[in-house]
Amino acid sequence: MAIDNRPLSPHLQVYKPQLTSVLSILHRITGIALAIGTLLLVWWLIAAASGPDYYDTAQRCIGSTMGRILLLGWTYALFYHLANGIRHLAWDSGRGFELNTAYLTGWLVIISSIVLTIVTWIAGYVVMGGS
Amino acid sequence: MADFTLPKNSKIKDGKVWPEPEGAKNTRTFKVYRWSPDDEENPTVDTYVLDMDSCGPMVLDALMKIKNEIDPTLTFRRSCREGVCGSCAMNIDGTNTLACTSYNSEVKGDIKIYPLPHQPVAKDLVPDMTHFFAQYREIEPWLKTDSQPPERERLQSVEDREKLDGLYECILCACCTTSCPSYWWNSDRYLGPAILLQAYRWLADSRDEATGSRLDQLEDPFRLYRCHTIMNCAKTCPKSLNPAKAIAEIKKMMLERQL
Repeated sequence: MAIDNRPLSPHLQVYKPQLTSVLSILHRITGIALAIGTLLLVWWLIAAASGPDYYDTAQRCIGSTMGRILLLGWTYALFYHLANGIRHLAWDSGRGFELNTAYLTGWLVIISSIVLTIVTWIAGYVVMGGS
Repeated sequence: MADFTLPKNSKIKDGKVWPEPEGAKNTRTFKVYRWSPDDEENPTVDTYVLDMDSCGPMVLDALMKIKNEIDPTLTFRRSCREGVCGSCAMNIDGTNTLACTSYNSEVKGDIKIYPLPHQPVAKDLVPDMTHFFAQYREIEPWLKTDSQPPERERLQSVEDREKLDGLYECILCACCTTSCPSYWWNSDRYLGPAILLQAYRWLADSRDEATGSRLDQLEDPFRLYRCHTIMNCAKTCPKSLNPAKAIAEIKKMMLERQL
């Protein structure tokens, strides 16, 4: 019997995405996004330390439409990673494993991260006087 | 290292479409993964249309109807047909479960059936479970004691016995283990949810005296700690057990013994 040429059964190709796995991979993706976002933050701080001209360039980059879309993404990534991180802390203490609870907290993470993102951006625009 | 695509010899090609039953009014379409070791062909998905008026209610009934009436070469494992033996574990409608306890009527549209995910296929719906059971052997799933055996059985209080509820019911069908993406990418070193639930079954047993060495064996970046609490295991378990919680309990024991 041929054992060497045995195929590998399909996995990602056939397994249905579900809240459990989707939120888990999203946690990892937002974590990577935040790591990259930290580099941007460093660049912005260096720009501020380098003098008004360079800072002005940085501000224009970040304030452009593209910059704002990216910032919106990073804001969401931050709040998602924060909220789901709290969920992970509860798990680490052995709590919240029942499937109903895990789904409830999963939806709570989704809703709270969206709400916090919207609130932050509204607050941001109010502080900036709508610009 | 995680490989998200299938190797060349595992890519699924279009398969045979078998003729529909004549005069049937109530039909369902089954799409079933096929692979034979007897030729050099890639796996395929064959299409069977069944007359549901003469078919039992479960997915396993449909598979047996296909084997008995349409295509005797279709190969799958089955034994108890009541969710006790774990033989007919497979991927049905995108999640792992037992064919014998899954209703055809609970699947919408075509009923798609694949072997348990990310396993070497021996034939059709039969995965090679050698590695899975070797990992089970690795946790030494038996009572280990140093103390003198008592005159009679080693007794356990009702409370201690209750700690095994939700653990001893595991039938080792491997639905959870093969639903775990972490296991897909690291099965060479990560033990996976089913085996870790079994490991905890012995850690939680008041009669077992090898807790320390059992924990030593699991104290490893891969064997235990590749669990990232994805929870596909608990979601898919056909016995409604919670391997993710059992794994969390092991992680807690690891911490607590260092305090």
